Amino acid sequence: MSTAGEQDAGLSLQEEHESKTHRTKRRDGDRQKKKRRNERRKGGTRAGEGEEDLQAVSEKRERSKRKRAKSKQETSRRENNEEEEAQLTGGKGTKARKDIRNEKTRRMEKEEVREVEENVDKGKKKQGSTKKGEKKEDGGKQLVKGKAREVKKKKHKKAETRYSEPETSEEDDDEEEDNDKDVVRLECLSPEELEKLKEAVDERKKLIQSLRGKPWAMKKKLVTLRESQEFVEKYEGALGKGKGRKLYAYKVLMTKKWMKFQRDFENFKTGCSIVTVASYFLFLRWMYGINMILFGLTFGLVMVPEALMGRPYGSMPRKTVPRAEEASAMDFAVLWDFGGYAQYSVLFYGYYNNQRTVGWLKFRMPLSYFLVGVGTVAYSYMVVIRTMARNANESGVGDDNSFNFSWKMFTSWDYLIGNAETADNKFASITTSFKEAILEEQESHKDDNIHLTRFLRVLANFLVLCCLAGSGYLIYFVVRRSQKFALDGLENHTWWERNEVNMVMSLLGMFCPMLFDVISTLENYHPRVALQWQLGRIFALFLGNLYTFIIALMDEINLKRKEEKIVKFNITTWEASLYNGTVSENSTASPVTIHPADVPRGPCWETMVGQEFVRLIISDTMTTYITLLIGDFLRAVLVRFLNYCWCWDLEAGFPSYSEFDVSGNVLGLIFNQGMIWMGSFYAPCLPALNVIRLHVSMYLQCWAVMCCNVPQERVFKASGSNNFYMAMLLVILFLSTLPAIYTIVSIPPSFDCGPFSGKNRMFDVIHETLESDFPPWFSKVFSYASNPGLVLPFILLMVLAIYYLQSTSKSYREANVELKKKLQMQNEENKRKNKRAALKAQMDLEEARMTAQEQQRNNNASVQDQESGSLNSNINKEY
Amino acid sequence: MGTTASQLSKESLSEYQELTFLTKQEILLAHKRFTELLEKHEKDQIDARVPMGKIITLPELKSNPFKERICRVFSTSEQKDGSLTFEDFLDLLSAFSDSATLEIKSHYAFRIFDFDDDGTLDCADLEKLVNCLTGETNDAKLSSTEMKQLISNILEESDIDKDGTVNLSEFQHVISRSPDFVSSFKIVL
Repeated sequence: MSTAGEQDAGLSLQEEHESKTHRTKRRDGDRQKKKRRNERRKGGTRAGEGEEDLQAVSEKRERSKRKRAKSKQETSRRENNEEEEAQLTGGKGTKARKDIRNEKTRRMEKEEVREVEENVDKGKKKQGSTKKGEKKEDGGKQLVKGKAREVKKKKHKKAETRYSEPETSEEDDDEEEDNDKDVVRLECLSPEELEKLKEAVDERKKLIQSLRGKPWAMKKKLVTLRESQEFVEKYEGALGKGKGRKLYAYKVLMTKKWMKFQRDFENFKTGCSIVTVASYFLFLRWMYGINMILFGLTFGLVMVPEALMGRPYGSMPRKTVPRAEEASAMDFAVLWDFGGYAQYSVLFYGYYNNQRTVGWLKFRMPLSYFLVGVGTVAYSYMVVIRTMARNANESGVGDDNSFNFSWKMFTSWDYLIGNAETADNKFASITTSFKEAILEEQESHKDDNIHLTRFLRVLANFLVLCCLAGSGYLIYFVVRRSQKFALDGLENHTWWERNEVNMVMSLLGMFCPMLFDVISTLENYHPRVALQWQLGRIFALFLGNLYTFIIALMDEINLKRKEEKIVKFNITTWEASLYNGTVSENSTASPVTIHPADVPRGPCWETMVGQEFVRLIISDTMTTYITLLIGDFLRAVLVRFLNYCWCWDLEAGFPSYSEFDVSGNVLGLIFNQGMIWMGSFYAPCLPALNVIRLHVSMYLQCWAVMCCNVPQERVFKASGSNNFYMAMLLVILFLSTLPAIYTIVSIPPSFDCGPFSGKNRMFDVIHETLESDFPPWFSKVFSYASNPGLVLPFILLMVLAIYYLQSTSKSYREANVELKKKLQMQNEENKRKNKRAALKAQMDLEEARMTAQEQQRNNNASVQDQESGSLNSNINKEY
Repeated sequence: MGTTASQLSKESLSEYQELTFLTKQEILLAHKRFTELLEKHEKDQIDARVPMGKIITLPELKSNPFKERICRVFSTSEQKDGSLTFEDFLDLLSAFSDSATLEIKSHYAFRIFDFDDDGTLDCADLEKLVNCLTGETNDAKLSSTEMKQLISNILEESDIDKDGTVNLSEFQHVISRSPDFVSSFKIVL
């Protein structure tokens, strides 16, 4: 604000001048428009509008120029004259109707003029704000004015585009006057004319909107803009009536502000981006957005209500740390493993109470929990599928490879490159890519030993399968072992033994891709295809690992459920003994109060699942960051500084700098997201953790890329625009919701923890709500709707719709090809036609010339006969 | 900040905002950068021109192989010397900005690649384009057979009406399918 003020102060002189000219111009413009409108009314059509506009602009300019030269009084006098002129010319057709109005406008016009005169009297520099009666010094005044104007501008967006005068109060008056006049006039417009006017205004608005998308020079754009803006603002405010007008103005203001906000937000969103890896960061940002919404859902609808309105910590067994764990519940090691106090908090499923409503809001907690779980998945599906559909639209009809060369040619240069080193690299990579592409093109025509390649490819796939199976078995083995450790008690084991599962998974995720990379050199695929294979394999590896993990978890769940049965039995006997004991000792005493920490409780398998996922995420994050620090940063530091005293060139030779592996990172992100989707039902804190993780990795990786990575040789785009990754995400989404849904539907919830405790199945909460919160007819309707007789036809209908859409898209594709062919044919025909026409024209020309020459020859003397004859023969030869 | 820091009036600023894809800050920054390039006595003139030689020393353009073409395309100078006024400069930045549409970007890209300004990309244009992209050094240059192969491949792909040249609509057709053109056709001050 202060800088703006300074600038204003600095510019005031220039502005003064400008504003003066501008004001006269504007007033002129107004008059011009009046005239124009009158003319239009006379004609009743919009036919010559463009012409008129042009004329108007040129006239306006001329007039304003003239005006500047003349004195103020003269100007005003002339203005009056002109006004009358305008009215005279305009009023021919409908004079009777307009007399009253003319009177009125004239009066207002005079008022305006008087105002101007007043201002002029006050001195040249003191324009405006006369009504406020400010008596300050010039400099200060201008500053204040500048600020006031700015405030005003914020309030009156209309004014911003239109006025430049440092007027404040006067401005408003002017505007109101204008509007009044418009209203008066508009009342005498017929509805058709109004319609036409509206159309014209809309057209202008569209023009303004699209102006910046026009490849014109700025001058042309400026002229058009000014013209159209004046036009629009003249009429659009007037089109509404009475109060509606104000509302309209407000609406316009708000939409403009909203658009500006959106633009700023867009700019904010695309903050920093490094070109070759930008696609990864775009993807990361996209994921971040999704996770923010998931986080908002779980945080706002589940965690906060439970924490604020649910029963407080320590009020019941499920919300208290058991007596045995109390001593170590606050230890960092325990908290790091999400045990102790972390386990008995809103972060995990087990903490939630099964009371139907919480707090004075009567918030349906279990229902909310269930619906948020479903909503999370539904929202994710929606977003992913919508993005995929949009990408499919953008990329047009399929065939990705059709413009391979042209893309290399037209889009490979990166205009953001700003330093010479990167530019050189880019030159080199473009050259090699050209050469490679040419070579490939040549090679694709001849085929070499196909049996050998086939054999190698089969071998490679076999090796990869072995790897996958091995890693799967390793994980299964490790998980089983960890269960054994858990039975023994975790305290008796080392750190490695406790964290074995997560570490093994992370390490496998790190080293197997390298192995795959080595194996894939056997196959001799085209790099793009090879990369897709590679990604597919890593995908399979991760998926295999994840599923072995889940299967092992299922085993554990079953174990816990067996344990639960025993505990349940024990509890009943324990309660009975307690009851018996009290009865036998003292029958009149109040029931014994037992501290909730002492109550025996079942193993809450849901919390256990949630904890496993949270631990997995944490260890995964840690491995990512540590590899980043060691693998990238440390390596870069060593390479750079040891290079001075080493026997070979470290930077160009063996270790060199690490590349930023876009595809691998994207895959990691996708899997991370899969785990979030899978685990978030049992650990509502997962989206929050993921948001933090993504946020940190955004900046950390950004930093790493900037300071210690070199751009990748082959780049595989990974932004939201690539449906390959989106398809992976969709598959992961499906596969990760599958186990979650399976557990929700088929396993009864624990009896003493979580929002669904005491129910037979988790989704019973829906039935309960339907029965108790909705009128009976609703549940009836629901039961009818869910009956298979209705559901099956519905599914059938959907399948049919899909089939129909598929076939239409196919036919469109065919039509596309057909059209392409047609275009080609037409072009050829055109060319032929053109050629024929050109030939004919040439012949005609020759004929004409010949006849002319003949005439000439007849007229001229015989001396020139020879010459013309030779010329003729020449022409004939040419022909 | 002195009086020379910025001389953009509020009115023209908002007009520029309306007409370009740039934000207020970006326009102000552009103005600042532009006035830095001007001579002292030119700073007060509204349509002072900065010669091409100076524009291409901007670090954002310095290592761009198309820097001269860019200047020529955006210049409204009558002498065709590639010099830019501030408004031309804004046009340039707007076309290369983040939020510019694909259409406008591809239009200007086409004009940049159209070295002889004849409205189509013919073989000579494409050859020059390839040479620009492969850098100045001799060893990086493609051999003439490679060049021929490359150009024929390109024409085969994108010359839909088979007239031996790539025209604007064909070019836009190709570009619009490219996944990364919009993200790479960008210059940010």
